[in-house]
Amino acid sequence: MAETVSNADVPMFGVRGYPAALERVARRAEAFVIPVAALIVGMAIFSLFILAVGKSPLQLYEVMWRGGFGSWFSIQNSLSRAAPLLLAALCVALPARLGLVVIGGEGAIVLGGVAAAAAAMAFNGAPSFIVILVMGVAGMAAGGIWIGAVGALRHYRAVNETISSLLMAYIAIALMNQLVEGPLRDPASLNKPSTQPLAEAYRIGNIPGMEVHWGIVVGIVACVLSWVLIEKTRWGFAARIAGGNVKAAQVQGLAVGPLIVGFTALAGGFAGVAGMLEVAAVQGSANASLAAGYGYTGILVAFLARHNPLAIIPVAFLLGGIEASGGLIQRRMDLPDATVLVLQGMLFIVILFSETFYGRFKAFNPDLWKRSDHLKRIA
Amino acid sequence: MTDRFMLTRRDLLKTTATGVAALGLSNALPMSRAFAAAATVGFIYVGPKDDYGYNQAHAEGAAALKGIEGISVVEEENVPETVDVQKTMESMINLDGAALIFPTSFGYFDPHMLAMCAKFPDVQFRHCGGMWDKAKHPMNAGSYFGYIGMGQYLNGVVAGHTTKSKKLGFVAAKPIPQVLLNINSFLIGARSVDPTITCQVIFTGEWSLAVKEAEATNALVDQGIDVVTCHVDSPKVVVETAAGRGAFVCGYHANQSPLAPEKYLTGAEWNWAKVYKMFVDDFVAGKPLPNFTRGGLADGFVKMSPLGPAVGEPARKQFDATLAEMMKGGFAVIKGPLKSNKGAVVATEGQAFPETAIELESMDYLVDGVVGSTA
Amino acid sequence: MDPTDIGLWGVPLAILGGAIRVSTPFIFVSLGEAITERSGRINLGLEGTLVFGAMTAYAIAVISGSPWLGLFAAAAAGSFFGLFHGWICKFPKVNDIAIGIALMLFGSGLAFFFGKPFIQPKAPSLPAIPFGGWSDIPQVQAALDVNVLFLIGAVLSAVLWWAFRNTRAGLIVRVVGDSSDAARAMGLNPDTVCLLATGVGGAFAGIGGAYLSLYYPGSWTERISSGQGLMAVALVIFARWNPLGCFAAALLFGGAGALGPALQSVGVTQGYYLFYAAPYILTLVIMIATSSPGRSLAGAPGELSITK
Repeated sequence: MAETVSNADVPMFGVRGYPAALERVARRAEAFVIPVAALIVGMAIFSLFILAVGKSPLQLYEVMWRGGFGSWFSIQNSLSRAAPLLLAALCVALPARLGLVVIGGEGAIVLGGVAAAAAAMAFNGAPSFIVILVMGVAGMAAGGIWIGAVGALRHYRAVNETISSLLMAYIAIALMNQLVEGPLRDPASLNKPSTQPLAEAYRIGNIPGMEVHWGIVVGIVACVLSWVLIEKTRWGFAARIAGGNVKAAQVQGLAVGPLIVGFTALAGGFAGVAGMLEVAAVQGSANASLAAGYGYTGILVAFLARHNPLAIIPVAFLLGGIEASGGLIQRRMDLPDATVLVLQGMLFIVILFSETFYGRFKAFNPDLWKRSDHLKRIA
Repeated sequence: MTDRFMLTRRDLLKTTATGVAALGLSNALPMSRAFAAAATVGFIYVGPKDDYGYNQAHAEGAAALKGIEGISVVEEENVPETVDVQKTMESMINLDGAALIFPTSFGYFDPHMLAMCAKFPDVQFRHCGGMWDKAKHPMNAGSYFGYIGMGQYLNGVVAGHTTKSKKLGFVAAKPIPQVLLNINSFLIGARSVDPTITCQVIFTGEWSLAVKEAEATNALVDQGIDVVTCHVDSPKVVVETAAGRGAFVCGYHANQSPLAPEKYLTGAEWNWAKVYKMFVDDFVAGKPLPNFTRGGLADGFVKMSPLGPAVGEPARKQFDATLAEMMKGGFAVIKGPLKSNKGAVVATEGQAFPETAIELESMDYLVDGVVGSTA
Repeated sequence: MDPTDIGLWGVPLAILGGAIRVSTPFIFVSLGEAITERSGRINLGLEGTLVFGAMTAYAIAVISGSPWLGLFAAAAAGSFFGLFHGWICKFPKVNDIAIGIALMLFGSGLAFFFGKPFIQPKAPSLPAIPFGGWSDIPQVQAALDVNVLFLIGAVLSAVLWWAFRNTRAGLIVRVVGDSSDAARAMGLNPDTVCLLATGVGGAFAGIGGAYLSLYYPGSWTERISSGQGLMAVALVIFARWNPLGCFAAALLFGGAGALGPALQSVGVTQGYYLFYAAPYILTLVIMIATSSPGRSLAGAPGELSITK
């Protein structure tokens, strides 16, 4: 296996006999070629499934391309669907760097949305930038407290974060329903109990020239900032150490508790912002549609991106595209909605499986080039 | 009913009694449909197209259009009430050339459908259940609904004759006007038989939650309730659970009598085929579509399931007489003197709200005799 | 008093009945997952397996007319999903949690895809044993109509509890779960053990699904599960990988879940969403109360990624 090739004998500047640039390209290419190859293999397997049920895979992929990626309209459609997934995925990816598996981001999204709507009601009449800012802060605070509590329970009471975050997601949804149908209900909302609709001035609109709301920008910025936080700051470094081994981190004098609470709170804060954006940019009020499952899809996005915040961006776009094309598959091919679930399942199993190939291919691993050259020389 | 993908194991399924007819149909259809039809009509459902309830009722209505010359139907199921539904409408317009769209779930109306109406002024949108208002909403939008509360009143009449414990049960999703009107109508119908009858309501809080609906039904029967009806998206679970416990049931949305042939009394069903055909006929003829459409039993928007074997003669008589009365139009379920179960007057002596009364669509109370709370 | 009017007694009775009726899928999924997790793997995909099991059981029962055949088919389908998870996760660097989530989508997707033709037909249900014959109150009789699967689940949890401690197979699973190096040193193949443990776990989840579609609530719809599979996996951690704990947790969850409808049926009608959240709140409170920082999760298998 690749890892058995010791890193000790890798020279600083390229393996002898190969240009350093080529080496860098080779190392980078692995992270691109393997997932793309897996995607193609996954699509090929899904083709067999489609053939087996008597439909044409070629038509299916043509329809998918058209529905999700093939035109400016489709791309914007995919981007719109990707927007909430970026923030929802960060809610999983950040704690994952500390070794925590948080699966309850849905709760933070829902409460973030309710808090934002309530804040807008409280500040009704204030200038729009203030209200939007207050909504963002309220959403972030609600989500941050919710998932931060999960982190605190984990560190200070040893309560497993996976189960507590899931339980708290259900509790959050119940709380949202109780508030939206009770004290916060706008009597005019009739058959869809909702909070009072936001005034037009407090809505977040589309990016100029696009049919996509600003949430996608917020999401991408959040991903980039998270990447910087993890890769370039000492907190990120500390988190990675603590994620590897809590004891070792404590021995080195790292304050693991605040680190865990801080990371989980930030993660929940991002999910809370996703909820706020749903209210301010899409729904115009808080209601049961906040629990649309973005939190659960975010888990998948984060794992597919291997918890790398930058990789979350293309993965969320891919998922948005698949979901965008799902409608067209139903309409053009008379296939049920579940077709997309089957496709996602197959694709993701293959992509996740492909992780086993990292470091195994000679082409991507300059260390192996050297070794095989060396072996040839001996032989 | 289901023009859609079905299993290739047609032969296996021939062994089953139901569902086979539908299968034969679906397999006879050509693999790919031409999309060059004169007009494309889009339907959007919030849940699965075959749920034995709300969405199935709409899908059956959509299926009735498929034979019409020059009309092509496109459908999408399981579309959440988020940006997804906006993009679905847009995609139907941009990629399928849909010129008339029916988003069938209440939550699609505001803001999703209204946003699309503004963006595509040449496309017609007609929404199920919404409150289109000329002062507030564009002319290419519109809404339609049926007076299904009348059907629940008739359910109540039959239930009132059938109950021995004088206690009825209602499994409801959420305390919203459409549901409250149904609960109230059910009880008032029963009280037309015996004014001591009460109705216990349990809200499950979600439109579709199988286990909770079953638990709610059990809890009702445990309290000695012997006739149950419901307003959830898929009444299948309530009907089967109630019948399994020996209680009688009244159906909702669609005809559930095959699920409990002995215990099924009757049911309030939608007849969307009639409504959709009406819109599409106008559309094909180039006539302007109505913006605010409502109709009841007399208009054929709503219908009743055939009375079951357990329905006695007095019940049958009153059912027929009330139905005949309703067919004349203007029947009022909510009429004074009537109080809410919190004691507030909702209709004074002599005051009556006929089925067409718009106030009924913003109902926020449960009438005296209903045990339950609106929040 | 009118014998059918039990008034407030309806609440404890509903909790008892609910515990018996609602808990069975939780029992089977969590027992299955306990076996899997004891071997050191976690399979989050059991939600998908549960749904696929529900569909398979219903479809086979409709076609064959036999609910038992349906149950058997669900177990077989479930074990297939489990074995697949077990096989794919033996490859290095493949993340068992992530594969589980993908399998959740895959299982539900397949179930909905192939389940369409079976939504309308009616399937025969699994039988129940009436334990309430001694009482002449119909409500008590109804609450004590106990499905055979519940009884099997109860016995199984005791048997598994015993087997983990006292049998060679139980020991092997535990050793593999605690340290695959130690297992290798003992001449065991951890991959094979994990594979089998995940396969058995999947079969149990399939049976849990069969209970949903063939007994309670007893029909096949795409909304038949509201996350019971995922919740049951989480309950295993709550139960600290102890089969008896899984049984108790499932009963608690089922009983608390009955609280919401029962309270409304006796006229407590305010705040029902919060009553519906009772199982989650109760579980969370018990977890917080019984965990302590000094003692990390007792009984946690050493190889388990989720608790490392």
